[in-house]
Amino acid sequence: MTVSKRLQRNQVNTQGLYARALKSAFVKLNPQVMIRNPVMFVVWVGTIVTALLVIDPDLFGAVQGNNRLFNFLVTAILFATLLFANFAEAVAEGRGKAQADSLRATKSDTTARKLLEDDTIQEVSSTALRKGDRIKVIIGDTIPADGEVIAGVASVDESAITGESAPVLKEPGSDVASSVTGGTKIISDELILRVTSDPGQSFLDRMISLVEGAERTKTPNEIALTVLLAVLTLVFIIVVATIPPLANFVGSPVSVTVLVSLLVALIPTTIGGLLSAIGIAGMDRVAQFNVVATSGRAVEACGDVSTLILDKTGTITLGNRLAEEFIPINNHSLLEVAKVALGSSIFDTTPEGKSIVRLAEKLGATIDFDPATAEGVEFSARTRMSGTNLPNGIEIRKGAVDSIKGFVRSRGGQINPELDAAYERVSLLGGTPLAVCQQGELYGIIYLKDIIKPGIRERFDQLRRMGIKTIMLTGDNRITASVIADEAGVDDFIAEATPEDKIAVIQREQAAGKLVAMTGDGTNDAPALAQANVGVAMNSGTQAAKEAANMVDLDSDPTKLIDLVTIGKQLLITRGALTTFSLSNDIAKYFAIIPAMFSAAGIGGLNIMGLASAQSAVLSALVFNALIIPALIPLALRGVKFRPVTANQLLRDNILIYGLGGVIVPFVGIKVIDVVVSVLGLA
Amino acid sequence: MSQGLLQIAITLAIVVIIVPFFGSYIANVFLDKPTILDRLATPLETTLYRILGIRAEAEMTGWPYIRAVLYSNLTMAIFVFVLFALQGVLPLNPTGLAAPTWDTTLHTVISFITNTNQQHYSGETTFSYGSQMLGLGYFMFTSAATGFAVAIAFIRGLTGRPLGNFYVDLIKVITRILLPISTIGAVILLLAGVPETLAAPAVVQTLEGGSQAIATGPVAHFEIIKELGENGGGFFAINSAHPYENPNGFTNLIETVALLSIPTSLIITYGIFAGNKKQGWLLFGLVFIIYVGLISITAWGEFVGNPLVNQAVGNNLVNLEGKEVRFGWAQSSLFAVSTTGTMTGAVNALLDSFMPTGGFSVLFNLFLQIVWGGQGTGTSYLFIYLILTVFLTGLMVGRTPEIFGRKIEKPEIALASIILLVHPIAILIPSAITLAFPEQLAGVSNPGFHGLSQVVYEYASAAANNGSGFEGLADGQPAPTGLWWNLSCSVVLLAGRYIPIMALLLLADGMRQKQLVPETTGTLRTDSFLFTTVTGGVILILGALTFLPVLALGAIAEAFQLSS
Repeated sequence: MTVSKRLQRNQVNTQGLYARALKSAFVKLNPQVMIRNPVMFVVWVGTIVTALLVIDPDLFGAVQGNNRLFNFLVTAILFATLLFANFAEAVAEGRGKAQADSLRATKSDTTARKLLEDDTIQEVSSTALRKGDRIKVIIGDTIPADGEVIAGVASVDESAITGESAPVLKEPGSDVASSVTGGTKIISDELILRVTSDPGQSFLDRMISLVEGAERTKTPNEIALTVLLAVLTLVFIIVVATIPPLANFVGSPVSVTVLVSLLVALIPTTIGGLLSAIGIAGMDRVAQFNVVATSGRAVEACGDVSTLILDKTGTITLGNRLAEEFIPINNHSLLEVAKVALGSSIFDTTPEGKSIVRLAEKLGATIDFDPATAEGVEFSARTRMSGTNLPNGIEIRKGAVDSIKGFVRSRGGQINPELDAAYERVSLLGGTPLAVCQQGELYGIIYLKDIIKPGIRERFDQLRRMGIKTIMLTGDNRITASVIADEAGVDDFIAEATPEDKIAVIQREQAAGKLVAMTGDGTNDAPALAQANVGVAMNSGTQAAKEAANMVDLDSDPTKLIDLVTIGKQLLITRGALTTFSLSNDIAKYFAIIPAMFSAAGIGGLNIMGLASAQSAVLSALVFNALIIPALIPLALRGVKFRPVTANQLLRDNILIYGLGGVIVPFVGIKVIDVVVSVLGLA
Repeated sequence: MSQGLLQIAITLAIVVIIVPFFGSYIANVFLDKPTILDRLATPLETTLYRILGIRAEAEMTGWPYIRAVLYSNLTMAIFVFVLFALQGVLPLNPTGLAAPTWDTTLHTVISFITNTNQQHYSGETTFSYGSQMLGLGYFMFTSAATGFAVAIAFIRGLTGRPLGNFYVDLIKVITRILLPISTIGAVILLLAGVPETLAAPAVVQTLEGGSQAIATGPVAHFEIIKELGENGGGFFAINSAHPYENPNGFTNLIETVALLSIPTSLIITYGIFAGNKKQGWLLFGLVFIIYVGLISITAWGEFVGNPLVNQAVGNNLVNLEGKEVRFGWAQSSLFAVSTTGTMTGAVNALLDSFMPTGGFSVLFNLFLQIVWGGQGTGTSYLFIYLILTVFLTGLMVGRTPEIFGRKIEKPEIALASIILLVHPIAILIPSAITLAFPEQLAGVSNPGFHGLSQVVYEYASAAANNGSGFEGLADGQPAPTGLWWNLSCSVVLLAGRYIPIMALLLLADGMRQKQLVPETTGTLRTDSFLFTTVTGGVILILGALTFLPVLALGAIAEAFQLSS
């Protein structure tokens, strides 16, 4: 998928996003909604209390310095804090909703042609279709449900789901091409399908509800963090609630407004307000990568993955092997071998054949016959060779070494031990050896090389630094596999792998406590996808594979697994960074509010920031507390940048920025706001 | 001044030298490796197991372990309660003391079974020799061993081992650690001048011609386990300031080292259990720095003295109020910070009379509970902070946080949170209630900031299972506020002891059952200097800042008041 296409797909309707988010920020003030977030609920209750104190400042008894303006300002700031937190969540949700809307546009109730037992057609609503029903779709139809092709051949436009505009050929039998997705369009011919999902359960339905966040359940990490934040909030409630008797005892009474202010300043409102936005934005980032995750848990698990299982072909190497070298034997020159190889491949249209032609031409080889009069011999699984029959009856062949040996013998030729030496040499290089001959004469070996994807080695190095082990699966023989594994820089490999091997290796890793991620597309990958902690199915894959996986990659790009790991880590890092920042802020807030609230106790010396007045100190701390939420919304939505370095380096960097920064920033921020507040004469 | 600093430095040096040896000895005992005491201890333990019907090889999981702790402690408490109630008719009572009031008995029993030794009475005029030796002395071993055993179970679970058997560990702590060291220590103290006698108080003729009873008793053996087990309950009311408990500089050194030795060494033991000695030493270093910092500000405050007094006399005097001159400002400061930090609660000088910097330090110790901390519990709490730090910052490396290869998830956070929560609840709420009715409940001798510190200190001491007092409170019978203090402190003592112990054991049991996650370069290493520094920050933010308002209204306000 090209960049432009991806951009196009992600241009979901964000118009009015902020206006809608602002509106929903007010709607979310509903206490039944607020109570789900214990930290912000405390702020909500605090706001009500201070609002009452605006109406009657002496509601809880007269305290010196308790005035209506101050109470009003505190109430206003608390209210803003609530709105900011709600706004953050609403913006994150809004993005998902916009994406869901664009998906939903493709989904509408259509009429489906249901085939009855006797193959007569009955027109029914698409919502009436059930799993197992047979339906017929013809050109121009929107496919009404997910299904499997059981008859017919047709082109299907899947751009609504994948953003890929080229139509896809669908036909029965083949693993990959036989599954169709509801909401896509058939643009030629007709198909008979067996419906594979009940209404509301289809792929599209799941995708919509996921990006929309309707099915959002808190992830294990998020739950643990919520517990800790709730407990910290409770601790601070106890701290603040027990202050009045203590303060009265030492003759330094404190007003309820100041108590509420202290409480709100101390409880972790920053992370409390942004926590859900971080989670939603994480899902959204996955969606922007054109991957559909079945749950936030799956995204989070990506960050924890410690073993990646990757198929060689398509992930580590480009799909095609290319000719790398000609190895002459029987005293032939390099040019002679090139010439014969060229002759054998002149009709070969496979990428491998073309690469042989390119290499031979590069070496200066030409053919000395007219291709128009020659005849191409196609590769077949039985002969395991291909070649050209020249007009003069000469047969040129290339193919698997054993097959060529047989061909040479049949033409009365001799087998030279040089051949086996060359064969072995190529295997040891990780290549596939092809022998070439003309009649009974062996000319040499073509070394077909697997092309490692550019940059893949660097990515594996990054993964290794992140502590992630990579295991390559391949059908190649051991020698070849080991060479490629070495060249690509994977940590381990399984040669001559079968689907059973996949499950076995996953189970082995899991038994050692590893979290395993893998990609797959075939039906025979389904058990392994289900067994893996993170299973990413290719969208081009079969329905069974998609069902078993917990993520589906719409671009069908297996390399993306590596990016998903990064997204998962980013999600966790963002959560940790903002929590650390939020808690570190408390130090400055204490030093702003405590000297102010106990000014009668003569502890003015603690006012190390030199804040103008007691009320100004409280207001400044609260304003800072409120403003930091919108200031951090972009970070929460974008996520903290992740660099593939070791855990200790990451910790050092993030502690410096969010820990130490979290200690220092509020000191500066509160002081600045204090100057503004006192200049404005608000307190 | 330099003499004082040298005294402090020598004591700390001795502790640091002892720690690696003692730490690995403790580890060997509980990892069932051969130790020098095997030949003596093994037959004794085997006999005890047989008599008590303990199946030594039976491992306990979380709840059975908790039940064993609770039932055994309850049984011991009932036994001693009855012993006290019958004190008047039992032998070994040369002064013919009657049974104390029910609430004093209840508070004392709870206070000693929880390894707190908070005393709302004067030892020499309330409890007979028999009660002191068989009741309190008995608790000094068993309550210390209970905390110790739990700490061992905790680290076992945390590092994936079975928790062990409570009874076996309890017995081993006594036979292989407390009893041998106490025996040697008691003899040394005896030689250094501490009495050990069952004779009645000596009655002497004073120079004025009057007569005075000089209380004495079986002190030496009581004294050593009082310090070693971090108990702190004095044989005499004035505790280690009494010349029969702590006659000279040498005994003071022995007692200071004794009370520090187990909690300091246990950190190293934990490191050995975790297979990571570096981790142990880094945490040791972290706590050591906080500890030295607190000693410094305390000692500095005492050395500089009270500015108001100095102004009045026109001379710079060391603050010696409430101190024994044979210990001076340095040893008193060191002892005060050590005894409050380790939850021993013994005192060799009156804490109430320390300058506000000292008051701040001792309160700070009680709030944090990890500046070495209680017998076993302190080290466990330190690791709870480590777990919380791993959870908070561990997310920042992009993985589910894990410690010792085990993931920290909701149950662990919930249980760690309980431990985090109990302390402020148990200290702040009763303090607030008491101070809301200062006349009726507190019976406080000081108004204002210092009075507030006195009340908060009493509950902090109970909640942290320390036992020392700021004093100045009418907290004992027959004062009218005695009943309130006895009962409210009893509740705080129980909450501060058993709730965290239950949480620790459940947390350990949960960790034990988790699958081990292999370590990679993506794993956050907790044994780095950086991470240890961060842990220090988390301890300050989560542990100390919670109590900043109280400190601000108490010690800090008092300091400003004195200096202004």
